[in-house]
Amino acid sequence: MSNGLQFVGIPPFPQAAAQALGNVQQRKNLTHATHTIRAKRAAVVGELEDWEQLRESGAAIKDHTMAHLADYLEQAEEAVTRAGGTVHWARDAAEACAIVAGIAEQHRVRELVKIKSMVTMEIGLNEALAERGIAAIETDLAELIVQLGDDLPSHILVPAIHRNRAEIRELFLRTMPEVPDDITDEPRVLAEAARTHLREKFLTTNMAVSGGNFLVAETGTVVIVESEGNGRMCLTLPDVLVSVVGIEKVVPTWRDLEVFFQLLPRSSTGERMNPYTSTWTGVTPGDGPQEVHLVLLDNGRSRVLAEPATRETLRCIRCSACLNVCPVYERVGGHAYGSVYPGPIGAVLTPALLGVEPDQQSAKLPFASSLCGACYDVCPVQINIPDVLIHLRGKVVDAKRGTSHGIAERAAMRSSRVLFADGRLMAAATRGATLAGRLTRRPALKRLPAPLSGWTDARDVPMPQGENFRTWWRRRSPADVAAALTPATSQVEDR
Amino acid sequence: MTAPTVALFLTCLNDVLYPDTGRATVTVLERLGRRVEFPEQQTCCGQMHMNTGYRPEALDIVRHFVDVFEPYEAVVIPSGSCAAMVKHHHAALARSLGDDRLAERAARLAERVHEFATYLTDVVGVTDVGASFPHRVTYHPTCHSARLMRVGDRPLQLLRAVRGLQLVDLPAADECCGFGGTFAVKNAAVSTSMASDKVRHIVDTGAEYVVTVDNSCLTNIGGALSRQRAPVKPLHLADILAARQASRPTTAELTS
Repeated sequence: MSNGLQFVGIPPFPQAAAQALGNVQQRKNLTHATHTIRAKRAAVVGELEDWEQLRESGAAIKDHTMAHLADYLEQAEEAVTRAGGTVHWARDAAEACAIVAGIAEQHRVRELVKIKSMVTMEIGLNEALAERGIAAIETDLAELIVQLGDDLPSHILVPAIHRNRAEIRELFLRTMPEVPDDITDEPRVLAEAARTHLREKFLTTNMAVSGGNFLVAETGTVVIVESEGNGRMCLTLPDVLVSVVGIEKVVPTWRDLEVFFQLLPRSSTGERMNPYTSTWTGVTPGDGPQEVHLVLLDNGRSRVLAEPATRETLRCIRCSACLNVCPVYERVGGHAYGSVYPGPIGAVLTPALLGVEPDQQSAKLPFASSLCGACYDVCPVQINIPDVLIHLRGKVVDAKRGTSHGIAERAAMRSSRVLFADGRLMAAATRGATLAGRLTRRPALKRLPAPLSGWTDARDVPMPQGENFRTWWRRRSPADVAAALTPATSQVEDR
Repeated sequence: MTAPTVALFLTCLNDVLYPDTGRATVTVLERLGRRVEFPEQQTCCGQMHMNTGYRPEALDIVRHFVDVFEPYEAVVIPSGSCAAMVKHHHAALARSLGDDRLAERAARLAERVHEFATYLTDVVGVTDVGASFPHRVTYHPTCHSARLMRVGDRPLQLLRAVRGLQLVDLPAADECCGFGGTFAVKNAAVSTSMASDKVRHIVDTGAEYVVTVDNSCLTNIGGALSRQRAPVKPLHLADILAARQASRPTTAELTS
């Protein structure tokens, strides 16, 4: 179950990840899916000679917008209002959910359709609506799979990435009464079953809820980028449309979309062009929804914006390229992160949005990375995820200072800090290590106490071999050094 | 004529665990006509502290590093990861903690700091250092050397010029080995899973040695190889470049 941004009942990352590693079927599904999409992305990104310039442009546009965020948001509000839409401002998840539910209740809606959206998941909208007796039906195929299975999403773009088609066939048989018993697990057949199931919902439902990939300030236009066409149905059939959009989604002008429409599809689905791009500007009389609402959501974003070290996180366009290349995500999947936003970007976004308290689950997330940097390399808007992770680790540690959390680690770090600030202590330590290596007479240690047992459960620890470097260095005479410094020309004879 | 001087920053890990790599680095640099200095006050780059979240503690270590190495014209580090810490993070860390004076000093010093392989190819301007190592070797590009230092194929150029060395490609070479400093302990299960995939690819090459420019990653890879009793030995690039005999150089050979 999801309680807005964080899932309920998921253990802290290290334990959840260790459990997930044991799920052989899920690991196979994830390895296959992430490697396939990784290769597709690399191929289409490789086609563009100006990819690095595009990344720089994407980052620059976002940074500029964030620096003038209030102005662009007010411009967008004015434009939406002028075009016949209604703008609502929501400080947090509760306010946003109340606004959406209020609109539904006003229209006596018991059932509404939804376009796949991360932000409505972040605010726990479906659960909030359910509490008021309103059913929210997901129309994105993967999102529908998650919803029907009472499952949790595990990927930003492909929320059912942890499921394979055989599992999906079983699910459809179990949850869709109209599905025939002899249905196969061919993707086309499964998609057709979902299409039939959803078509009825589109035609009988009068209200739709969406997120938004972009919000163009100059015209007040909301932009949705999707692959299946279900979004297009939601945006055109119902009379009432509510879009919940994070305040960081605003871009100044239509021209800016040129950059993102190149960056986003290539980074997310590995496609050159996005299949369904829908844009709407307020109300068009007689065409599409006749009542249009825009809910502008903060929910921690201004906190992220206020902090220089985390600010760049708001550039994120939710492409999920960082998930697909991450060696940690690839192995443990999305649920282990315990957050609507999993993977590398989730490991920064979740604690950045929520803040870090020592006992919070999100405090473990900045450490859920080997800092290999593969995420930064593929990020279309150049978010330096490793650096933001390091910054957040500092915040987690700082929050623990003066409490009983992490006392042993703090003691170890403090004593090694003393050691590393004094060359004489360091020299003594290296001599001690050399001596230990000599006394144990073993090339490696097999067993260390906790927490270092995490290392020795699967790996030996080498012991220093031979003479201590510093002893050797001091022992060398000037003649040794002179002999070693042979002119480069004599090397030829030496060989 | 006086030989150009370089200061060696050995790194704390090599200082404690891998004295051979230190000797090999000195041997190669001296063979190329560099006079090596070893400032004995040196300790650590502070990366473990910073990456674990102990920023003020890391800053003390950064200050010590700058104090020790500031007088030198050039500093060579036989580790891509520690070099990246010095070149990419020292000044930024000082600035983020409000010590602008230290940030300026660190930024100026960083310009004179070189990762070992890059120093050989770009500063000395050599790919053939006169080494001989008649063995089957595979190369793992460590994450920080590849993604932060952008060493590219420099280590491979150096390896290809070694007499007798047979270089074999490592499948999925650009995937992290799972070390990640304290990640290896805090998220041991995931780290171990990454290490075992890396080791499987290494063993599949049939190589006798796996070489990197970082002994930190090699501690992880080598620790897993040794636990699995795999017949592949971890070796730092410097150890191979210092070798002139038919076998792995021993301390005695290097110092004779």
